Amino acid sequence: MAQLTYREAIARGIAQEMRRDESVVFLGEDVAAAGGVFKGTVGLLEEFGPQRVRDTPISEQAILGAAMGAAMTGLRPIAEIMFADFFAVCWDIVANEIAKSRYMTNGQMSFPLVIRSGNGGGLRFGAQHSQDVSNWAMMIPGLKVVAPSNALDVIGLMAASIRDDDPVIFLESKGLYASKTEVPDTDVVDTLGSAKVLRHGGDATIVSLGMMVPRALAAAEELAGHGIDCTVLDVRSLVPLDTQTILREVSATGRLFTVEENPRLCGWGAELSSIVTEEVFYDLDGPSVRITTPHIPLPAADALEDMALPSVERIVTTIEKSMNS
Amino acid sequence: MTSTATDVSTKIALYRTQYELRLFEQRAYDLFLENLVKGTSHLGLGQEAIAAGVAAAMKQGDWTFATYRGHNHTLARGAGMTPVLAELLGRANGLMAGKGGSMHLTSVEHGMMGSYAIIGAHLPIACGAAWSAKYRGTDQVSVAFFGDGTTNIGAFHEALNFAVVWQLPVIFVCENNLWMEYTRTTEVTAVPNPAADRALAYGLESIIVDGNDADAVFEVASAAIARARAGQGPSMIEAKTYRHGGHSRADPGKYRPDEEVKEWLAKDPIVRYRARLIELGVPLEQIEAIEAEALAKVDTATEEAKAGATPGEDLLMKDVWADGGSAWRN
Ligand SMILES: Cc1ncc(C[n+]2csc(CCOP(=O)(O)OP(=O)(O)O)c2C)c(N)n1
Repeated sequence: MAQLTYREAIARGIAQEMRRDESVVFLGEDVAAAGGVFKGTVGLLEEFGPQRVRDTPISEQAILGAAMGAAMTGLRPIAEIMFADFFAVCWDIVANEIAKSRYMTNGQMSFPLVIRSGNGGGLRFGAQHSQDVSNWAMMIPGLKVVAPSNALDVIGLMAASIRDDDPVIFLESKGLYASKTEVPDTDVVDTLGSAKVLRHGGDATIVSLGMMVPRALAAAEELAGHGIDCTVLDVRSLVPLDTQTILREVSATGRLFTVEENPRLCGWGAELSSIVTEEVFYDLDGPSVRITTPHIPLPAADALEDMALPSVERIVTTIEKSMNS
Repeated sequence: MTSTATDVSTKIALYRTQYELRLFEQRAYDLFLENLVKGTSHLGLGQEAIAAGVAAAMKQGDWTFATYRGHNHTLARGAGMTPVLAELLGRANGLMAGKGGSMHLTSVEHGMMGSYAIIGAHLPIACGAAWSAKYRGTDQVSVAFFGDGTTNIGAFHEALNFAVVWQLPVIFVCENNLWMEYTRTTEVTAVPNPAADRALAYGLESIIVDGNDADAVFEVASAAIARARAGQGPSMIEAKTYRHGGHSRADPGKYRPDEEVKEWLAKDPIVRYRARLIELGVPLEQIEAIEAEALAKVDTATEEAKAGATPGEDLLMKDVWADGGSAWRN
């Protein structure tokens, strides 16, 4: 066991899979010699060499097109999109080509590839380098969407994503890169589509994702001090979505609170609220409540960004108010 | 480019392919007018020499990436006429059981790695396949076909640069039929040879060829493919041609000057090629036999496609994922 940062876990997860499978290759801007702009891929070039770990031009369509072409012909590429906001310049390859081609060809092709990307806010980078794009990705049929909240899950879910035969969008929370978690020295392999219960409580269920998970946990601790005992769930994977675990835990407490980093509209919590309403309505003791970033581009100034992203304080007050009304 | 290098048996095969493509597309058009081809279709009438010439230069295992105007390319790689036509008709015996349609013809077993209907998207994808061949040490090559209008979209430029920097075994084939949909490409393009001029700037081997001469196309394609296989990197072939009909559906193509249409119809690749075969001493009966066989093939495909079943509901929710299903939740 050792303490590993979320950032170090990325290279660890990729290396673990590159060691066992020659077909795993990795490409992106500044990922090889420089080890990534967030230093998430340091050491991979040295261990696996320039044929498997490759720097690319600033050409997001070429990067993802190359990943797609390589995947359909037998490789398992991992491509990096440096900041998740940059998906906007290559959605065609993701949404029209990668996501649709298996279906359109009646199953003739497979796309075992991972697109990993630094997602979301917390680093005061302003609106074009800070958006949580989980809702962009989740609404496209044919994509799996994963967002780990800690170093251990980074390794395990990375391994699961690389081994998966479908395209996976792997959203790394930039705001968590420096966070540390205890991880074993042995290989770690997790399962896609499994939510995790991180805390048990009888009064309300808080469902969270990515950078919001530690905040949800901190809020739950505080709420416990105020007499509100919460279950906290880490969704981990939006597609496939572990509705069984989520519905079970929501039914158990009778209340659902989602904590979402995305701008409000069409966030994953909206889908979840709708599922809960349709399927376990009669288990509910009160309304489902979504705690999200407001529907605005994320501002740069630290004071403003902190106001926009769901904070521990906002989670606590929102839940308290709703539970006491 | 002279056309002396290809031997007679290759020439006869090239004629057969071109003639079959011609009859197939004409039949597809008739069936469209009968409202049996639903949605849209983009015919390659007039552009057969490019599909036939390049496909003849490729080996089994090589990969073709085409556009929505991809019937010719799919057939030229060996996909059957019946499944292709049935796909156009939306039938269960279609190449993709009706799930793709005219614009997305794909037959992996024939190396036909997809027809892409977003302008330029498949150029980077073809690079990826070429990268995979290089990485795995096979001698496979990728060939991407596209139109002149496609040379103004970003993916085209990203792909060319990428292919050169990574020295990929990929051949880009621009079928320059002068027109985008309804606009003349030179009116909106900074250079006279939209693909070849750009390719030079990116450091690709850049070739301009008469796209209505299957022999010339075959020769330049063979050379480009040989270079790619030898690890000498990507090439651009800009083939000058013309589409005989409109852009898609029942477009009569009236925006094009009569003189221009007339001039290009006089350069019909199939009429020219037939004359060349006769000049070379291929007996007329042999040519007519090829033509009769092609017609019989298209007739059979038409009957089989029309007789195809309507795709069933069982297909609807299939094959979103590699496990064959479409579940997004448990
Ligand atoms: C990104 C994108 N923009 C626009 C279109 C609509 N469109 C389809 S075909 C076409 C013309 C393409 O012209 P060209 O590349 O010369 O090919 P051709 O149709 O002549 O084969 C256009 C604009 C599209 N499919 N994709």
